[in-house]
Amino acid sequence: MENGQSSVSRDAASTGEVSAVPAADITAICAAFDNDSHRMLDILRTVQDRFRCIAPSTMDAIAAQTGLTRIEVEGVASFYSFLSLTPRGRVTIRLCDDIVDRFTGLADVTAAFEDVLGIGIGETSADGAFSLEYTPCIGMCDQAPAAMINDVLLVGLTPQSARSAAEALMAGKTPEHLISDRFDELSPQERANRMVENNIRHAGEVLLGPVPADAGLAKAVEMAPAQIITAIEDSGLRGCGGAGFTTGRKWRFAAAETAEKHYVICNADEGEPGTFKDRVLLTERPHLLIEGMTIAARAVGAREGILYLRGEYVYLRPLLEEVLEQRRRRGLLGESILGIEGFDFDIRLQLGAGAYICGEEGALISSCEGLPGEPKTRPPFPVNRGYLGFPTVVNNVETFCHAARILDRGAGWFHAMGTEGSHGTKLFSICGDCLNPGIYELPYGHSVWDILEMASGQEAAAVQIGGPSGTMIARDSFDRKLTFDDLATGGAIIIFNGDRNILEIVEYYMSFFVHESCGYCTPCRVGNVFLQKAIAKFRKGLANPDDIDYLKDLSATIIETSRCGLGMTSPNPILSTLQNFPLVYSAVSKPSKDGIRDTFDIQSAIDSARKIAKRRSYLYDRDFTK
Amino acid sequence: MSGLPKARIATASLAGCFGCHMAILDVDERLIELMKLVNVDRSPLTDKKRFTQRCDIGIIEGGCCNEENVHVLHDFRRNCDVLIALGQCAIMGGLPAMRNAIMHSDAPLRECLDEAYITGRYIRNTTHNVPNDPALPLLLDEVYPCSQIVEIDYQIPGCAPEGDVIFDTLVKLLAGRFHGFERDKIRFD
Repeated sequence: MENGQSSVSRDAASTGEVSAVPAADITAICAAFDNDSHRMLDILRTVQDRFRCIAPSTMDAIAAQTGLTRIEVEGVASFYSFLSLTPRGRVTIRLCDDIVDRFTGLADVTAAFEDVLGIGIGETSADGAFSLEYTPCIGMCDQAPAAMINDVLLVGLTPQSARSAAEALMAGKTPEHLISDRFDELSPQERANRMVENNIRHAGEVLLGPVPADAGLAKAVEMAPAQIITAIEDSGLRGCGGAGFTTGRKWRFAAAETAEKHYVICNADEGEPGTFKDRVLLTERPHLLIEGMTIAARAVGAREGILYLRGEYVYLRPLLEEVLEQRRRRGLLGESILGIEGFDFDIRLQLGAGAYICGEEGALISSCEGLPGEPKTRPPFPVNRGYLGFPTVVNNVETFCHAARILDRGAGWFHAMGTEGSHGTKLFSICGDCLNPGIYELPYGHSVWDILEMASGQEAAAVQIGGPSGTMIARDSFDRKLTFDDLATGGAIIIFNGDRNILEIVEYYMSFFVHESCGYCTPCRVGNVFLQKAIAKFRKGLANPDDIDYLKDLSATIIETSRCGLGMTSPNPILSTLQNFPLVYSAVSKPSKDGIRDTFDIQSAIDSARKIAKRRSYLYDRDFTK
Repeated sequence: MSGLPKARIATASLAGCFGCHMAILDVDERLIELMKLVNVDRSPLTDKKRFTQRCDIGIIEGGCCNEENVHVLHDFRRNCDVLIALGQCAIMGGLPAMRNAIMHSDAPLRECLDEAYITGRYIRNTTHNVPNDPALPLLLDEVYPCSQIVEIDYQIPGCAPEGDVIFDTLVKLLAGRFHGFERDKIRFD
């Protein structure tokens, strides 16, 4: 694939200005992806990495090569936040702007970078050397504040370490050499481990304990596809990405479709703020994941698979490509897997480009197809018509890992863990105000108190279960259980202590959804902006009791009229806090005086006109000449 | 009903086209019936420029595009028990609010005035100036619907609302029997 691009990007780095991209280079890049318009995201990522932007002339050339129109190319290029139409710095520094980072000193870290680099957030230095920007959660909440510097991750930043990193970069050090002076000699696994701690605090029986290599796959090749599906169904395994659909059913639906091809896609686009469990699995159990995908391929009859890795986890790409290559060499991927005639399956790695929405099944498929990451209308469901119109199984990283273990140890073993309806174990990524943030593999059914005790976060005043699209609960609900029937979660648990401002958290989460809405459905694109503005009113103390009804009404409209999960859950930060923290809202809202709205400020409203007219307001300004 | 004192109503046209006031006249001969129920205080219909006493109902046409609109609207809110936003401009900002679409500019108001008086392709303005008579109220940074400036009790939708709807609504409100609109009265296609 597009190996070796990092060395090329350093060649391009010698020029400050963006020169016109030679047509031959574009032709070569497109040709490397067979001029296939479905690989548009890869093409654009490569162009972005090499030339720091996707210039208009480049888009024409790409369109000509791939047989698309210019506007289709621009549609993709302008959709993803890691692609840019204007030049970015040769070193692009993306500071993770999650609420957890904000609470752990992001402002000071930002100030250190701004001070040393001499540019502000959103700016690129005049010589084209550096860009500094904010990006939503990059999956490092257990070691916040964190930053992506090109493809390198820096975690646990302090103002001092940020300053010294920025100074080293200014002195000409490459981002890779910030990690280690011998970076080039390190293996992909060592590189990943040097950059990011995995913080496994509690290893459970299924995933993070001892896992024998490819034992599940060995069992699977002995079984007929239908038996594999039955085993997964019997285990009670449900999707671990958040929605919790029964995995066996999904596989059965896909297998039942007669089609020329079937696909298996792994959703490793964990973008829900506060979630980082897949990161740990991808680092610690990559073989288990590929094993699970291979088993799924056998179950549904797929010959091709895609591992969709979120753009923020680009640092794991060398590791995962090495794993895929190893498995191909060992006959665990490719043709005639384990010597079984006709059992062919291979996986390509598809890198995302910084769009939360691509974690949604349909949007993820769109993105794999080289389109803007917009959800698809359902039905048809992906299991019937997914990637390129073929039946497609899309599962979370953790789900595939579980599947491989279930095949090894048996459905009964897995079914016996957890609670009725929520079987097996789950990875919880715990972060925020606790002493031991990190990954906990636990059977379903633990209470929130249990979790807080394990993570030493007993002073919590509020716990966000399942990230922003989940639920925020207060102390009186901490005895609730983590199961699909009570508190369902894709794994994110964010702890907030009593010093945190609930409305600040809610406002942050709404700004996150405003940023990440794909814009297709108006209620989601516009409604979330209105919700965010309404929350800002509460924070300023300008809200009146009617605004609470407004929040509820508008939220209901957005949920009712959005076509994908983003819009159906984006009002949750507001709705769950209205329900569980009603006093927070009533404390800052008051009826307006004489029916006059406090939110309207006449002085700021007439200020621009006053400057244009160069005179005072005869209604609202005093006459100082008298 | 004859035993009750007549209700007092007031009306004003802010950033509108006066079409909603024309629509009030569309009540036609029922105006006589209406006048049996109400006295009209401050209103362009009576040409009274100030409130003579507190009113029961204030009817507002148009949103707020300048400081004078805000001033009048505040005056109405303070002097009327019930405030009605009449027509699309009062409810949502309407046509004047199209200038709110100039949002990706550093100086949207300046851009709007320049286009309206100087740079617009079909403008014939021999002075090449933006009008700036001291008698002109200052414009607001954008056009606001009335509900963003004061609390509004009722909205009568339409551009302009039909005379029938205005008449029915007022009569029902005065009798305390208004419970929302018939669906077909607020369908506009």
